[in-house]
Amino acid sequence: MITKDDIVEWLKATAVVLEENAQYLTDLDSPIGDADHGINMDRGFKTVLSKLPAVVDKDIGTILKTTGMALVTSVGGAGGPLYGSFFMEAGKAVAGKMELSNEDLVNLIDAGLKGVVRIGKTNLNDKTMVDAIHPALEALRQAFADGKDTIEALRLMTDAAYKGMKATIPMLAKKGRASYVGERSIGHQDPGATSAYLILRTLMETIESRYRSK
Amino acid sequence: MKKLINKPEDVVKEELEGIALAHPDLVKVHFNPNFIYRADAPVKGKVAIVSGGGSGHEPMHGGFVGPGMLDAACPGQIFTSPTPDQMLAATKMVDGGAGVLYIVKNYSGDIMNFHMAADMAREEGIRVLSVLIDDDVAVKDSLYTSGRRGVGTTVLAEKICGAAAEKGYDLKSLADLCRKIEVNGRSMGMALTPCTVPAVGRPTFELGEDEMEIGIGIHGEPGRERMKLKTADEITEMLALSIIEDPPYRRIVREFDEKKGDWVEFELESPPFKPGDRVLAFVNSMGGTPDIELYIVYRKLHEICEKKGLKIVRNLIGRYITSLEMQGCSITLLRMDDEMIELWDAPVRTAALRWGM
Repeated sequence: MITKDDIVEWLKATAVVLEENAQYLTDLDSPIGDADHGINMDRGFKTVLSKLPAVVDKDIGTILKTTGMALVTSVGGAGGPLYGSFFMEAGKAVAGKMELSNEDLVNLIDAGLKGVVRIGKTNLNDKTMVDAIHPALEALRQAFADGKDTIEALRLMTDAAYKGMKATIPMLAKKGRASYVGERSIGHQDPGATSAYLILRTLMETIESRYRSK
Repeated sequence: MKKLINKPEDVVKEELEGIALAHPDLVKVHFNPNFIYRADAPVKGKVAIVSGGGSGHEPMHGGFVGPGMLDAACPGQIFTSPTPDQMLAATKMVDGGAGVLYIVKNYSGDIMNFHMAADMAREEGIRVLSVLIDDDVAVKDSLYTSGRRGVGTTVLAEKICGAAAEKGYDLKSLADLCRKIEVNGRSMGMALTPCTVPAVGRPTFELGEDEMEIGIGIHGEPGRERMKLKTADEITEMLALSIIEDPPYRRIVREFDEKKGDWVEFELESPPFKPGDRVLAFVNSMGGTPDIELYIVYRKLHEICEKKGLKIVRNLIGRYITSLEMQGCSITLLRMDDEMIELWDAPVRTAALRWGM
């Protein structure tokens, strides 16, 4: 079971991770984008931090929807609507819940991914965050089908997200600003897939450390 | 990094404070969420025009707010799209009861944020239509990219549509006019130097002393191709011919259909230029290129247009849609008809574009 408090800790830890990786994400964005992804995500999750205290006692759905709204209004660029939609749709999928079953967890990420695809009109292999989230979701689903426990399943999800992120390196970008540099986008890891991997890895690490300490 | 700034994180806020102090007769500035709007807004019964985009392209869009052009402009962080809460607040501030037209440049971020804002505004009972500008011929196809970027034609669309709104065009006619401008305009840009985003602190790409970047957008991003520096005449020819010889361009666009009450997708085609066309020729500085060089470019552009049978009936030369301090230029050609010429000549009174009033 993943609790409301676990989710809050995940979001707080994500803010720390994105701050630490702001320069790294921006460096990835420089050759194929406009060098602002790290700065934008850092600003976005700092805004999330400022909105969390008002909803920490609410259900997970409300916490995630608040996170999405905070990102939409503070990130800007494409990252704002994309990550905003991810968290808002994820929140709708688990509305009212104070705890998440394994099935809820799959539904949460599935709804988030669908939100991203709808507003971004993004397909797999377009060299976007979808290339990290989609395999992560499939791995999570498979892990639960294979009878793995939550932590093991989250580890497998994170591995898949990592592979998905790395798989963007040889891809030709077909969406977003990276698509404008044409062939030159080949050979660069996608910053959006990277931030998506970091967010999912932080979920795994948060749950792992909280369960280990319990 | 050498810039006339205080702190990188205060650049946009302090710029807006300066604009508010400099042009109180024209505009007011709203903070948190940030937007610039006409001092006399809302203008009752007139369709309002709202645009916006990342900062760093000044004078676009804030410098185009005023009678005869935009009703409001939403500035994002530098090179980053503004957010839906800014657009929604601006929309509510300037809606004079006749609806609001969004002029949106084709960038994933701008499209998604304006899309969310339009949906929110409609939920609050305000009629909103949006038209996309995608005129950058440096992007060849729309199948493997997010399509052509919105560049120079945006400035011309804002001027012409602004005049039409003053004349009393209704929302639907204004959107139709904007789409007509969109399919008749084409642009291409080049850079001699990169630019530096204050919060990043170093240039967005590296360019050798003897190199240039052809087919750039307006966000300091690298272009389509890097090559050895050439003369002004050769560069002008490269840009102008890319525009004039560009084949018909087809793409799928998404707009809101008021009858269906939903977003719909349809195909839009830009016809190529042909001898006999009347055009507006727009030579634009990317920020760091001085007028003296722009006129050298215009001189050659005029010669090429004449040779190709295009008649330049109006022109615009200067710094209007920029990438911070980047050196380089863009050329835009817009096919004009009588309606567009009359609206282009109509009075406009903004910080950056002003004639007739």
